[in-house]
Amino acid sequence: MQRSFRNIYRLGLKELNSLRRDPVLVFLIFFTFTFAIYIIATNVQTELRNASIAVVDEDRSELSRQIRAAFLQPYFKTPVLLGLDEVDRAMDSSRYAFVLDIPPNFQADVVKGRQPALQLNVDATAMTLAGNGAAYIQAIINRQLGEFYSRSDRPPLQAVTLSMRTKFNPNLDSSWFMAIMQIVSNITMLSLILSGAAVIRERERGTIEHLLVMPVTPGEIMLAKIWANSLAIILAVTLSLYLVVQMILSVRINGSIALFILGTALFLYAMTALGIVLSTFAKSMPQFALLAIPFFVVMNMLSGGTSPLEGMPRFLQVLMQAAPSTHFTSFAQAVLFRGAGVGIVWPQMAMMLLIGSVLFTMALLRFRTTMSSAH
Amino acid sequence: MSEAAFVARLKGVHHDYADVVALDDVALDIPSGRMVGLIGPDGVGKSTLLGLVAGVRILQKGEVSVLDGDIANRAHRNEVCTRIAYMPQGLGHNLYPTLSVEENVDFFGRLFGQSAVERAWRIDDLLHSTGLDPFIKRPAGKLSGGMKQKLSLCCALIHDPDLLILDEPTTGVDPLSRRQFWELIDRIRERRPQMSVITATAYMEEAERFDYLIAMDEGRVLATGTSDELKKQTGRTTLEEAFIALLPEEKRAGHEEVILPPRGQHEGPLAIEAEGLTMRFGNFTAVDHVSVKIEPGEIFGFLGSNGCGKTTTMKMLTGLLNPSEGTARLFGKLVNANDMETRRRVGYMSQSFSLYGELSVRQNLDLHASLFDIPKEKAPERIKEMIERFDLIDVADELPESLPLGVRQRLQLAVAVIHRPEMLILDEPTSGVDPIARDEFWRLLINLSRQDGVTIFISTHFINEAERCDRISLMHAGKILAMDVPDELRKARGAATLEDAFIGHLEEASAADAPPVEADASALKQGGLQLEQGVEPKASQKAARRFFDVRRVWAFARREAMELIRDPIRVVFALLGPLILAVAMANGISFDVEKLDYAVLDRDQSQESRSFLDNFSSSRYFEKKTPLVTRAQLDYGLQSGELKFALVIPPDFGRDLLAGRTPDVGVWFDGAVTFQAETSRGYVQGVLNTYLAELARRAPAHMTPPKLANIETRFRYNQAFLSVYAISPGVLMLLMYMFSTMLTALGVVREKELGSITNLYASPAGKLEFLLGKQLPYIGFALASFATLVALMVFFFKVPITGSFPALVAGAVLFATASTAMGLVISAFVSTQLAAIFGSAIIVMLPTLNFSGMLYPVSTLQGGGWVIGHVFPALYFQQITSGVFNKGLGFAALQSSYVWLALFCIIFWALATLLLKKQEA
Repeated sequence: MQRSFRNIYRLGLKELNSLRRDPVLVFLIFFTFTFAIYIIATNVQTELRNASIAVVDEDRSELSRQIRAAFLQPYFKTPVLLGLDEVDRAMDSSRYAFVLDIPPNFQADVVKGRQPALQLNVDATAMTLAGNGAAYIQAIINRQLGEFYSRSDRPPLQAVTLSMRTKFNPNLDSSWFMAIMQIVSNITMLSLILSGAAVIRERERGTIEHLLVMPVTPGEIMLAKIWANSLAIILAVTLSLYLVVQMILSVRINGSIALFILGTALFLYAMTALGIVLSTFAKSMPQFALLAIPFFVVMNMLSGGTSPLEGMPRFLQVLMQAAPSTHFTSFAQAVLFRGAGVGIVWPQMAMMLLIGSVLFTMALLRFRTTMSSAH
Repeated sequence: MSEAAFVARLKGVHHDYADVVALDDVALDIPSGRMVGLIGPDGVGKSTLLGLVAGVRILQKGEVSVLDGDIANRAHRNEVCTRIAYMPQGLGHNLYPTLSVEENVDFFGRLFGQSAVERAWRIDDLLHSTGLDPFIKRPAGKLSGGMKQKLSLCCALIHDPDLLILDEPTTGVDPLSRRQFWELIDRIRERRPQMSVITATAYMEEAERFDYLIAMDEGRVLATGTSDELKKQTGRTTLEEAFIALLPEEKRAGHEEVILPPRGQHEGPLAIEAEGLTMRFGNFTAVDHVSVKIEPGEIFGFLGSNGCGKTTTMKMLTGLLNPSEGTARLFGKLVNANDMETRRRVGYMSQSFSLYGELSVRQNLDLHASLFDIPKEKAPERIKEMIERFDLIDVADELPESLPLGVRQRLQLAVAVIHRPEMLILDEPTSGVDPIARDEFWRLLINLSRQDGVTIFISTHFINEAERCDRISLMHAGKILAMDVPDELRKARGAATLEDAFIGHLEEASAADAPPVEADASALKQGGLQLEQGVEPKASQKAARRFFDVRRVWAFARREAMELIRDPIRVVFALLGPLILAVAMANGISFDVEKLDYAVLDRDQSQESRSFLDNFSSSRYFEKKTPLVTRAQLDYGLQSGELKFALVIPPDFGRDLLAGRTPDVGVWFDGAVTFQAETSRGYVQGVLNTYLAELARRAPAHMTPPKLANIETRFRYNQAFLSVYAISPGVLMLLMYMFSTMLTALGVVREKELGSITNLYASPAGKLEFLLGKQLPYIGFALASFATLVALMVFFFKVPITGSFPALVAGAVLFATASTAMGLVISAFVSTQLAAIFGSAIIVMLPTLNFSGMLYPVSTLQGGGWVIGHVFPALYFQQITSGVFNKGLGFAALQSSYVWLALFCIIFWALATLLLKKQEA
C-alpha cells in the first residue's frame, strides 16, 4: 500500500516534469486561465448592454424626441436615426438589433386618444438579446408615454408595485457569470486533452510499455497521471480565481474558495479518467482529437453554463446527468455565487465522485490490454 | 552531367545543436562517380554532413558546394534538388505506411512531375529489379525491414539522380537483405556509372566494398582513402581494426578484444521456458509455436530480421502480451501480468529508447530505483555505482535527448539492471550503436552474466554479436529456423562463417514463401534503353524546376487523400462527429426559458393575494413550488438553486390594494445565472402588467392610466422566436470550423513528428505546393461535412433556407478554404501534435463562441472583443449562414463577407508559407 503511494507520487512528479519542459503548453494553460478569462468576462455580456438601436422618426414631435432620448448608455448605444427605406438593409447586415418606427402624427394621435401603433423590429437571430431587449424597450416607451401623459395633470396610479431585487449579484453584472463559466469550460477542455494526450504520447514513444514491465500497476500509472495533471490545473484555477477574477475583475465571490477547489479536484478526477478512457480507444493523436472534440464541445455547451439546462428537452437533461461537467457547473454556481456550503452541494460532489469512479474502473479494465497490444 | 572530379566540396563547415558540436571545421572533397562511404561511431556528425550535402539541413557556417554550385543558395538548391536523391536514416522513414508499395513510388514520381507513361515503366522497372513486384499492393507499413529499405531506394531512384545520398540504409536489416541491397546498388551503378553515391554505415564489413572511405570521429574527418589505403596506413588487416587504430590515443586506450569466458554450471529451475508460444493478430501469425529453454546465467541470442516476431516473443515473455497459444515460464512460474514479484527479478530494455527524455540521466535512474523499491538509504549509493559502472559520470545531469545513441543505450542498460535483476530481456539494444560502444556494451553484458549470474536474453542482427552468445536461435517469419551454440550452427551448415550459415538458412526459408529475386541486370539495361528511345530523358527535370506546378500540388493532395481513406476511423468520426454534435446542440442550446421554479411567501393570505398569485401559477413560464413559511426558507431555496425567484406578499396586501394604497410586492431573484435572472425579471413584469390590465378593466377608470399607444413587436427573421432557427446557422459554422481546422493542423505536424516531412525538404516541391496539396483533401472533408449538416438542418430540424442556396454554398467553399488554411498556419507554427490539438481547440472555440455573433450579437461588441471577433473567419461565415438561412439574403447583400473570407485565405497561406521551413535546423 505504502509502496503504491510512493510509486504514484514518483510517477506523478515525472509527469509534472514533462509538463514543465513543454513551454508552449505551459503558456497555453497560463493564457487560457488569465487573458482569455479577462477578455471574455469584460467583452461578452448577456445582460442588456451596448445594444444597438436605430429609430425611424416619421413624427419628429416632442414626444418622439423624448422617446429617442430615453435609450441611455450603458444599456443602449446612442440611437441612430434611419430613413424608412434604410431599415431592411440595416437589419440584414446585422448593424442594429432593434429598429423602432415612430409613425407620422404619433404625438397628435396620442393626445387625441387614438392609440397609434409604434413598430418595434427585433432581429430575432440574436436570441440572447432579442427577448430581453424587446421587453426593456417596451418598458422604456411605456414609461415615457406615462410621463408625457402625467404632464397633462392626470395622476398616474398603479394598483400594485413590484420591488425586484437580485441576490448574489445585485447589479446582474454578467462578467461575473462569464468569468466563472469560462473557468469551468477551460477546466473541462484542458483536463480531457491533457490526460488523454499524455497517455497517447507515452504510447507513441514506447515509454508506457517500459512502465508496464516494471513492478508498477496500471492503476498506479493512471492515478499518477490524474494527480499530476489535476494539480497543474488546480494551480492555474487558483491563480485565476484570486488574481484575475477577484482582483482584476472584482467579482464578489460569496462562497468558500477552498470548497470550490475540493469540488474541482473531484471534477478533475472524473475528467482525467474520461480522458484516459478515450485514449484507450484511439490509436493515434488525430484519432484521439476526433474522439475528444464531441466530448468537450458538448460538455461546454450543454452543461448549463452556456444555455440553461431547463431549456433542454427532457431526454437530453437526463443524458447530461451522466456528464461530470453538468454537476460541476451547478456546483460552481452554487458555491462561488450563492455561497452554498457542503450541506447544499454534497449531491453534486457525490455524483462527480461516482461518475469519476465508474470512468476510472473502465479505464483500468481497458488500459493494460490496449496499451501493450498497440504495436 | 557534371564532368567535375568532385561531386561535393566542403570548406570550414561547422554545425552546432544547442551546445553540442556536430561538425567541427570540416574540409572535404568528395569524388564524383564513385561509391563513397562515411564511417564512424554514432553521433560523430555523419547524418549532419549528409543532410548538409543533400540540402535538407540549413548550413550554419562554412561552404558546401554540391554539383558545381553553392548549396546554401536557394536558386541552386532548387536547380539541383531534382538531381539529388536523399534517403534519411531509419527504416522506411520517408515512406507512407498505409500506402501500397506501388502508390509510394508513384507519389515520388508525381512529385518530380513525371507523366503517367513515364511513371508506369519506371515503377515497373524499379520494382522488378528490386524484386518487390510480387508485393506491389502490400502497404509499406507491413513490409519487413529489408523490403522497406528497398522500397525507399526505389522512391529515391525514380528520378534518375546524379547524386544518391544514403544515410545508414542497412541498419536494422537482416544479413540476407543487406547483401541483396548492396547488390542492387551495384547493379544500378553499372547501369548509370556516372551516378555518385554517398552513404553512411555502421557496418565495417560493408564499408570494405566501397570505392572511397571517409572516417569520422567527434565532428572531424580522421582519414580519407580507399579501404586498402586505410588498412595500409594503419598496418591492420581488417577495416574495423584500422578504424580503431585511427582513433585518438585516449579513445583507443580502453579498447580490447571482447572475450566470452566459459560458463559455470547452474542448478535450479530453468530461467526461461517457452512451450509452443504463438501470437496471432487477426489472421496474421506473428509468432508461430516458438519453444525455447534457457538456463540461468546463459547469454541467449535471438537473431532475425525486423518484423520476424522477435519483439513479439519478447513481449510475451515479459507479460506485455498474452499469448494466443502456448505457455511461457520465468523461473518456473507462469508469466502473469499481475505478478509483481517476478517483474522485480527481470530487467527489460525495449527496442526504441523508452526512457523519459525530459528527465536527466540521474533523474531517470532515481525514478527507476524508487519504482523498483530500492530502499531510500541504499538508493543514492546504487545510483552512484551505476553511473560509474556504465560510464555516465560526465553526462549525469544532462537530458538523454541530447546524448548520442550509444550513451543512451548504456543508460537504458543501467536502468534495466539498477534493481539487480536475475534476468535481462534486451530487444536489439545495440541497433545503431557504433563498434566501439557496442564492444563496451558487450563487456558489461558478459560481466553481468559471468560475475553476477544474470540470464541474458538478447535480440540482435549483428553477426559478431551473435558469436559472443552461449547459444543463438535464428528466427524468420515467426518461426525458429535453427538453435544451437554458434560454432555448431556454422559447422552444421558447412559454412565458412556464421553469416554465410545464416544467409543459407534465410534463403532456404524465403524460397518457400516467395520466388527468388533474380538479379536481372539485363532488364535494367532494357529499361535504360527505353528511357533513351521513348521519352525525352530530362523532360521531368525541366518540369520539376518550374516555380509552381499544379501536378505536384495534386501529388500531395492525392497522397493525403489516400492516407485519409485508409484510416476509416478518422473518416467516420470526421463525418459523423459533426452530425451527432449538431443534433445535440440544436436540441440542447435553447434560450427559450420555460418553467422557472418559484415559490411564494404569502404573509397576507387574503383573497386578493391569492388572486394576484394565480396570475403567476397559471403562466406557462413559471412552475410553482411548495409555499414558503419563513424568510430562512426563502434564502435557502435561492441558495440551493431550487428556486429561480421568490415572491414576498406583504401583510395587509389585500386591504391596501382595495384602499388604493399601492401595496409593494417583493421579488427576489437568483442572480447567479445573469441571463436567466434577466429573463425572469421580464416575465415577472409581464405578469404584473397583465394583472394590472385585468384590474383596470374592473376598477374605476381613474385608477389606471388609459392605454396611450400600442407597441407592435415584430421578431424579424425568426417569427416563431425559436432557438433552433437562430442557433442552427451558428452550429453549422462552428462544426465545420472546428473539425476542418483541427484535422488540417494535425496533418502537417504529424509529418513533422513522424519524419516523412523530409520528403518535402528533399523534393523540388515548393512550400506552397506542399501546403495546398495537404489542404485540398481537408477542404473536401469540410464540404462533405457541410453537405450532411445542411441536409440535417433542412430535413430533420426543418430550418428553412430563406435566402439563396448558391450563396450559401459559395460561402462554404470560401470558409472551408479559410479554416483549413488556418489549420495550416497552426501546424506550421507548433511542433507537437498535442500542441496542435490544444492550440486549435482554443483558437477555434474561444473567439467563435464569444465574439463571432454565433451566440451574442456582434453589434454589441466593443474594444478587444470586437477586434478578436473580426480577425477570425468565423464571424464572416456566420453572417453568410444566418443571412441565407434566417434573413433571406443572396450574393449581393453578403459581398463584403466573401471578400473578407477570400482575404483570410490569402493571409493564412502567406503566413503558413512563411512559417514552414523547407530545411532542417
